[in-house]
Amino acid sequence: MSINATLIGQMITFALLVWFTMKYIWPPLFDSLEERKKKIADGLAAAEKGQEEMHLAEKKAKGVLKEAKEQSSEIVNLAQKRANELVEASKDTAKKEGERLILVAKAQIEQEKQQAKESLRKEVSALALRAAEQILSAEIDKTKHQDILSKISNQLG
Amino acid sequence: MATEAHAEGATGYIIHHLTSLTVGEGFWALNLDTLFFSAVLGGLFVWFFKRAADKATAGVPGLVQNFVEMLIEFVDTQVKDSFHGKNKLIAPLALTIFCWVFLWNFMDLFPVDILPLIGSLMGIEYLRVVPSTDLNATFAMSISVFCLIIFYSVKVKGPWGFAKELMFQPFGPWLLPFNLLLKLVEEIAKPISLALRLFGNLYAGELIFILIALLPWYLQPVLSFPWAIFHILIITLQAFIFMVLTIVYLSMAHEDH
Repeated sequence: MSINATLIGQMITFALLVWFTMKYIWPPLFDSLEERKKKIADGLAAAEKGQEEMHLAEKKAKGVLKEAKEQSSEIVNLAQKRANELVEASKDTAKKEGERLILVAKAQIEQEKQQAKESLRKEVSALALRAAEQILSAEIDKTKHQDILSKISNQLG
Repeated sequence: MATEAHAEGATGYIIHHLTSLTVGEGFWALNLDTLFFSAVLGGLFVWFFKRAADKATAGVPGLVQNFVEMLIEFVDTQVKDSFHGKNKLIAPLALTIFCWVFLWNFMDLFPVDILPLIGSLMGIEYLRVVPSTDLNATFAMSISVFCLIIFYSVKVKGPWGFAKELMFQPFGPWLLPFNLLLKLVEEIAKPISLALRLFGNLYAGELIFILIALLPWYLQPVLSFPWAIFHILIITLQAFIFMVLTIVYLSMAHEDH
């Protein structure tokens, strides 16, 4: 049980073990631990960031949606207004066109009336002339009453 | 002690169990069993941890890596708690001490007769399987630690700073001889207490196992079972104490007053 050279042997073994641990065991294990710690921390940070971004995106999406809704209602309103305007305008033009057509028709009628009047008068005058001719041929000498005849003819013509 | 080992009866049995397998004479004698078992256990430790270190990934750890990392974290916490400087040696040193001492001590939980019996079948007369019941083993470790304490004291504080600390503290320059004496005792007490604490605990534990083994067979389990359970605590605790004190001593060596 006394102290002997075993002490030296044990010290050498101890030194070797410590050296080996320091060189080949501690660093890789410790590094992997640190790396994992960092990984986890990074992951957590990324998750938090992602969540934040998601919130932001949600907010943004809501804003965009609201804007779109507003825009669409505006468009609908505008369209309605435009449609009303169109209807009013077409009504107006239809009315005007109608009036114009009526005027044209009226003018035509007037013209036809005039024409009819003219031809009637001509026919009547011709008839009257013929009748007068027949009456007069019996009673009046054509040469004698030439003046009167031409006067009447002129009045009728 | 080798001469007494031939005594008969209970004393002979005890002495036989506590005698080392030695070669050589006097100081140059070697305790082969201590050297062999501590080397094998050290090899086991190194092999196990190296395997884990080679496979170490930052991803999901396996079972072995988990266990090893638990130990690494445990040791690292201890080191960070008491040591605030920067030193690449201390944490691996603490890990080595903890694991190696634990494995030494663990040999105590093998039934006291089994390994010596196997040894005797192979023609080995004496076999002491627990390296920490050999003063050579515990002192080898504590003296190594002591050398590191001195080395770092001189390195950090400078030779003159260390000498000043030895001479002028704690009572100032007027009590220089007294300071020096006190400091020297304090320094030398460190390795001695480290070595003797471990040795004493394990030697006593082993002795009790041997004494229990001397009792009639029907009494043995009743006593050795609770003692073994208690011993699980002791062997871990002693390994832990050796490690923590080493860290504390080395951190003291790094502190400049």
